Amino acid sequence: MSTMSRDETEALIQEVLDVYPAKAKKDREKHLAVNDQEVEQSKKCITSNKKSLPGVMTVRGCAYAGSKGVVWGPIKDMIHISHGPVGCGQYSRNGRRNYYIGTTGINAFVTMNFTSDFQEKDIVFGGDKKLGKLLEEVETLFPLNKGVSIQSECPIGLIGDDIEAVAKKATANTGKTVVPVRCEGFRGVSQSLGHHIANDAVRDWALDKRDDDDSFETTKYDVAIIGDYNIGGDAWSSRILLEEMGLRVVAQWSGDGTIAEMELTPKVKLNLVHCYRSMNYISRHMEEKYGIPWMEYNFFGPTKTDESLRKIAAFFDETIQQKAEEVIAKYKLEYQSVIEKYRPRLEGKRVMLYIGGLRPRHVIGAYEDLGMEVVGTGYEFAHNDDYDRTIKEMGNATLLYDDVTGYEFEEFVKKVKPDLIGSGIKEKYIFQKMGVPFRQMHSWDYSGPYHGYDGFAIFARDMDMTLNNPCWKKLQAPWQVEDSAEEAVAASA
Amino acid sequence: MPSVMIRKDNEGKMTLYVAKKDQEDEISSIEFESADKWGGLIEMTDGTKYFIEPLDAMPKLPITLRARRG
Repeated sequence: MSTMSRDETEALIQEVLDVYPAKAKKDREKHLAVNDQEVEQSKKCITSNKKSLPGVMTVRGCAYAGSKGVVWGPIKDMIHISHGPVGCGQYSRNGRRNYYIGTTGINAFVTMNFTSDFQEKDIVFGGDKKLGKLLEEVETLFPLNKGVSIQSECPIGLIGDDIEAVAKKATANTGKTVVPVRCEGFRGVSQSLGHHIANDAVRDWALDKRDDDDSFETTKYDVAIIGDYNIGGDAWSSRILLEEMGLRVVAQWSGDGTIAEMELTPKVKLNLVHCYRSMNYISRHMEEKYGIPWMEYNFFGPTKTDESLRKIAAFFDETIQQKAEEVIAKYKLEYQSVIEKYRPRLEGKRVMLYIGGLRPRHVIGAYEDLGMEVVGTGYEFAHNDDYDRTIKEMGNATLLYDDVTGYEFEEFVKKVKPDLIGSGIKEKYIFQKMGVPFRQMHSWDYSGPYHGYDGFAIFARDMDMTLNNPCWKKLQAPWQVEDSAEEAVAASA
Repeated sequence: MPSVMIRKDNEGKMTLYVAKKDQEDEISSIEFESADKWGGLIEMTDGTKYFIEPLDAMPKLPITLRARRG
């Protein structure tokens, strides 16, 4: 099926909505839209950041997931305590592939699970004592930790523990940063509020530690990478490009990052924001308090990377701008051969995305560089400002879906028939069993990095390897093949 | 009384960001915008209005202020 017209897409949405009861239909209707590039403000066409309907299948996470899993978790030299019952920490342990350098258990702790393992008596009598003891134990067992963050799970808020007091006491004892984070899972409608709470905790408990300390030698080319979680090494493949153009990357937030880097960030000249959704809050704060400008960039696919490098260079003097051009020219030879190799194999293929954070809009350029078209995209937990940015990136009359339900996504795929779906692990096996090639776009399907020019080569290879895999033609038993071919003809007639 | 942050975006347009709602929109007009009086009724491009107690001097942007629905 070729591209759908606006009327067809609208009819498709109506058809999918028809099975819902009237009330549910009214609610879900607001979250599905046909893209119109003319629209300036997304709130006129799509509603987002609203509570999911009880009874539908959503893939959203909770505030704890947003804080511990996304923002705080990757900071490698801090110990992140999942404060509460054991499950939240255990089931989210090592879930994101934030790569880091260090010796786990000695000076890096990302893939470990620390928990206060709440029991009934802790709920009844309060868990502050236990937390205090835990902090002491952590100090004895892992003396090379540079700080601790206390990630609250639901019961902490419900029983009203004073984790701030415990944190202050522990800081007084050890002199290390101890950050209490009020990211109880019941807060907010999705992990998005967890990002916000985590950002606020950084602001209140960690960021200003070195404000009166000028011993750090700054240069006029200092920048910080904000909102890159180093999935499969993403931040590293971004960092080398920035360093090659003559900038000095002082901090990585938070993939492969450290607490020391965080404390030095207020001294940089420019904050480079990759994941706007999860880190815009702290960027806004630094702009107000320290006067550090911030800009969003996109390192997916050569076209967008070129664009972003030039945009970043424009903030600095001519030597940087010249070096940026040199970097672009240098990698051009490399990525052109990648495009030459893979574009003929992928040209014209249609993709549907359903991811979170920045990728539903940021990866569109990478697909377009390979001659592919994104025909539908959606966010798990976006806000209006994300859709404002998405509308411009997406083609006219393409599908937009916010917090799409399991049922809706399946129906859309059945009707739109994309050649590839990019989403997460919860969707992967459903669609593979339906015979649609699938890539996980949260964890890069255990591959990566995808950022920068080096990442693009891997991205292109992965997409080709999935899409043109011979297995998709062998999903039906041989004795069924003929029948279905006839059916297909009948259906298209 | 939401707390709002007023800033200039990369293109130099003035925007108002409501932290509580995570919403950022462009400002279409500010009632007082002179060196000795700044603030008052702020109108957004989508028609929403906010009121900020006028300040005595032009502030350094970005700035976080308390706002009332105008």
